[in-house]
Amino acid sequence: MIHFVLLISRQGKVRLTKWYSPYSQKERTKVIRELSGVILTRGPKLCNFVDWRGFKVVYKRYASLYFCMCIDQDDNELEVLEIIHHFVEILDRYFGSVCELDLIFNFHKAYYILDELLLAGELQESSKKTIARLIAAQDSLVETAKEQASSISNIIAQATK
Amino acid sequence: MHGMRGLSVFISDIRNCQNKEQERLRIDKELGNVRNRFKNEKGLTPYEKKKYVWKMLYIFMLGYDVDFGHMEAVSLISAPKYPEKQVGYIVTSCLLNENHDFLRLAINTVRNDIIGRNETFQCLALTMVGNIGGREFAESLAPDVQKLLLSSSCRPLVRKKAALCLLRLYRKNPDVVNVDGWADRMAQLLDERDLGVLTSSMSLLVALVSNNHEAYWSCLPKCVKILDRLARNQDVPQEYTYYGIPSPWLQVKTMRALQYFPTIEDPYTRRTLFEVLQRILMGTDVVKNVNKNNASHAVLFEALALVMHLDAEKEMMSQCVALLGKFIAVREPNIRYLGLENMTRMLMVTDVQDIIKRHQAQIITSLKDPDVSIRRRALDLLYGMCDVTNAKDIVEELLQYLSSADFTMREELSLKAAILAEKFAPDLSWYVDVILQLIDKAGDFISDDIWFRVVQFVTNNDDLQPYAAAKVKEYIDKPAVHETMVKVSAYILGEYSHLLARRPGCSPKEIFSILHEKLPTVSTTTIPILLSAYAKILMHTQPPDQELQSQIWAIFNKYESCIDAEIQQRAVEYLALCQKGAALTDILAEMPKFPERKSSLIKRAEYSEADTAEQSAIKLRAQQQTSNALVVTDQIPANGATSPVSVGQLSLVKVPSLVTTENDTSTDRALSQQNGASSKVDPQPPSADLLSDILGPLAIEGPPGATVQSEHNAVSGLEGDSDAVDGSAIVVVEEQTNTVQPIGNIDERFRALCLKDSGVLYEDPYIQIGIKAEWRGHHGRLVLFLGNKNTAPLISVQAIILPPAQLKVELSLVPDTIPPRAQVQCPLEVVNLRPSRDVAVLDFSYKFGTNMVNVKLRLPAVLNKFLQPIQVSAEEFFPQWRSLSGPPLKLQEVVRGVRPMPLPEMANLLSSFHIMICPGLDPNPNNLVASTTFYSESTRAMLCLVRIETDPADRTQLRMTLSSGDPTLTFELKEFIKEQLISIPTAPRSPAPSAAPPTAQPSPQIPPNDPAAILAGLLS
Repeated sequence: MIHFVLLISRQGKVRLTKWYSPYSQKERTKVIRELSGVILTRGPKLCNFVDWRGFKVVYKRYASLYFCMCIDQDDNELEVLEIIHHFVEILDRYFGSVCELDLIFNFHKAYYILDELLLAGELQESSKKTIARLIAAQDSLVETAKEQASSISNIIAQATK
Repeated sequence: MHGMRGLSVFISDIRNCQNKEQERLRIDKELGNVRNRFKNEKGLTPYEKKKYVWKMLYIFMLGYDVDFGHMEAVSLISAPKYPEKQVGYIVTSCLLNENHDFLRLAINTVRNDIIGRNETFQCLALTMVGNIGGREFAESLAPDVQKLLLSSSCRPLVRKKAALCLLRLYRKNPDVVNVDGWADRMAQLLDERDLGVLTSSMSLLVALVSNNHEAYWSCLPKCVKILDRLARNQDVPQEYTYYGIPSPWLQVKTMRALQYFPTIEDPYTRRTLFEVLQRILMGTDVVKNVNKNNASHAVLFEALALVMHLDAEKEMMSQCVALLGKFIAVREPNIRYLGLENMTRMLMVTDVQDIIKRHQAQIITSLKDPDVSIRRRALDLLYGMCDVTNAKDIVEELLQYLSSADFTMREELSLKAAILAEKFAPDLSWYVDVILQLIDKAGDFISDDIWFRVVQFVTNNDDLQPYAAAKVKEYIDKPAVHETMVKVSAYILGEYSHLLARRPGCSPKEIFSILHEKLPTVSTTTIPILLSAYAKILMHTQPPDQELQSQIWAIFNKYESCIDAEIQQRAVEYLALCQKGAALTDILAEMPKFPERKSSLIKRAEYSEADTAEQSAIKLRAQQQTSNALVVTDQIPANGATSPVSVGQLSLVKVPSLVTTENDTSTDRALSQQNGASSKVDPQPPSADLLSDILGPLAIEGPPGATVQSEHNAVSGLEGDSDAVDGSAIVVVEEQTNTVQPIGNIDERFRALCLKDSGVLYEDPYIQIGIKAEWRGHHGRLVLFLGNKNTAPLISVQAIILPPAQLKVELSLVPDTIPPRAQVQCPLEVVNLRPSRDVAVLDFSYKFGTNMVNVKLRLPAVLNKFLQPIQVSAEEFFPQWRSLSGPPLKLQEVVRGVRPMPLPEMANLLSSFHIMICPGLDPNPNNLVASTTFYSESTRAMLCLVRIETDPADRTQLRMTLSSGDPTLTFELKEFIKEQLISIPTAPRSPAPSAAPPTAQPSPQIPPNDPAAILAGLLS
């Protein structure tokens, strides 16, 4: 099971966190600090796995951003490594060649997408097409609601004129 | 895309902060702002509310505490419109965790969304519950979630979320999934065509079978079918292939689920699976595209794990090892890492160790890999693969690596090297070399138990003493020496340097001055050890050397007023002793041998293994393996002498009582007479505890062995105050040492092993016999693990199997000698020819010193091992039951004198013997109907049906009906079940120790109706 997902920049700034096991805020901060120390210092040609407190952290660097997922000792590491890549591809498709800035200013979008990809710390959907469809449907639901709201406020505005 | 200006402005403000302090100020300002806005909530538009909770979440994500606004986030969940609801759910699930009280407020709203008709709301609710739902959610929502998962009217997007949501709830409370009702539905779910739903359902299945595979047998063939379909790429929609590979994730999960089933009986399913696995093993090539490569290797490594689990034919196993051997040498670091990791897992499989050893050189190279992750895996693997044959090479590599290893690894590395050196030392001088090198190279990382242990070995082996003394002298001669080295050197030179006296540079004076040079550099814990060494050196100097004496006395004098109580006490006592002249020789005599006891190092290693153990199928196997490894428990005190001989004697056998005698306290003497021999050491001044803390683990906790006792006697005899009590105590001890008592109850061990497949069959102070068995149809493969617990070899080892007529048993060659602290594995093949309750007996004997030990042990190759539970439906049961109409194929008996037990307990008892209860077949709730398959060469697989009718008014009687296609089988199985119902295993007391003859066979009292006991009795 995936216990948490972290997106950390090369400078150690947190870009996204998602916790599937219960951690208090204090523990979360500690985990991030510890793992940044371990992962950001690793050289480029090393493997994508580190041992950490009886767990394993699978990570991969994309440009300036490190994607990390913490799993159990006996989970399949490569499988999780490709979940990371799968996630990146979906982000890429959604934002149109995604960069760190997209994720900084649209972190809430990243959460929507992550929630379609993972649930309960397990992979939920492996089809990029399906996820893209679901996110588009959510977006249009929000848009419709917005239009409705603005049209209502127009009506009210006109009525009270 | 719809932006949120206020949020973006805030985020860029944070980004523009020059330092942490500015960021903090900006965040405090924002929090103040948000807090104010929430205070008069009335004026907030939905848009603003959303904006502020997102800001809160952003601040929280950065690691700042946000102690307000949770209510606002949670309240958004109950908003009627999608946009607010969506934000409410997502922010809540990030902001809170399952332990948060606020979450409770939302349960009702969440439930309404789940049971409501709006599928987008259902998705939001399921997602939040799946991510942070706790026990309370599990209890109130599980039935609704199950309904959604099974509903035919729900679309896949809801059902896949429901599957994983249920998984979360199941993890929080396994009771929410009712096994009886759920097994069939789980099997149905595996027929799902939508791969999204199927992937989620497979994760759910993995969790379910990891807890209880028995209930889910019907899912097994379906898993194989899914795997076959994926591997052949049949009917997999394009969007579910990943870099051309049909959903690698689903393939991995399916193979994971299969690893929780102990075996696969059905030959067709087994064959299909092996074909798939073979194809994966052979057909996975290294390609250029990284992602494709990773995905295909994710599948490959899972396939390897499954092959290992299924314990495939040797050929396939060697194929796996060959693949792994290739992997550990490739350039791609991930594959190298995984190659090493999986090789370590592979060590658990018997038969492949030798093939793995061929890769030793490459593995050692990996110990120098630039990647610490890979180095760790290499260390684990080397540790795991080490045995008597390669210990020297491996340990020497570890030692070499120690000087260049990262600090984070040194402690683990030195502990592992020390354990391996102890476990597999080809000779003890090598062991001493290794430990001294360890102390020399990594003194800071050497815990006390490591040097305590080497002292214990040296003390117990006379041949080793001059060697060890010469060795430590070499080390201590160097200018800069680690304090641990000073301790161990002081101890060993104090005891044994006189053995070197004739060598150049080893006169007492020279030894003393080498040691004394170190005194200014050491801490207060080491000084007492040095003082003891001086006293011993002085005692050994014959003829006395006046100059040395005055030098040492001066030191004692100096420390007589030391502020440290322990140092002061030693100085005072040694000075007093020195005045005693010749008596000194007796009192400061060489330390007695330590009784054999478990290495605290090995204990520690076992402890840490258990600590990090996990619940995967592979890990479970690994644990079974460790439980078979040489496990040496502390000896049970063999006699009444309970006083632990504590450290006072470690340095000086009888100082305290002697000192007090000199001061003439008659109460002490009275006390010592009262308590007998061992009380001589009891009246210790309290400060001696300090030393016993330092040397604690070395001190003897078990029974004072005969040697220790006689030593005491010798000393007290010389002293001339030996009394009658002393004498009698020693007589008892002498008797004890000739008797080898089993540890634990043999009968209980046998009975336990009848129900499980691995554990300890027999144990005494010298040997432990572990057993691990695997049963497939009418074949069984047992491995006997013969572990020598001592530092001396066991000789004349003999094992003969006395099989009953129905079993064909072949035992591979048992070596005549088991080296010290080694474990020997002896495989044993069993074939069941026909049904019978007779039991095979292992006639085992060995010699330790002058003790000849012979035991006859029943082997747990009993009738129920050849049973396989099988679930029979009503349609199958009744025709079969009717067709077997009467004796001899169907037998009925009224059994009386049954141990009264409730029906569920009886059902459990039967299922523990692999007889499966078929619920619902018998309408009478007081009856049990069960079925099983029996395997033997004559009967092949044969279905057996059982019906037990109980009388609720009288639980001591019941009527039992048995039927099968073979008359002997029907009879034997009926008798077998009857025995179980009547004589429930009660622990018979093992014979009292004093009653045992000098070379007693530790045979337990077995109930007279036990056929194996009669057999064993006839044969002895």
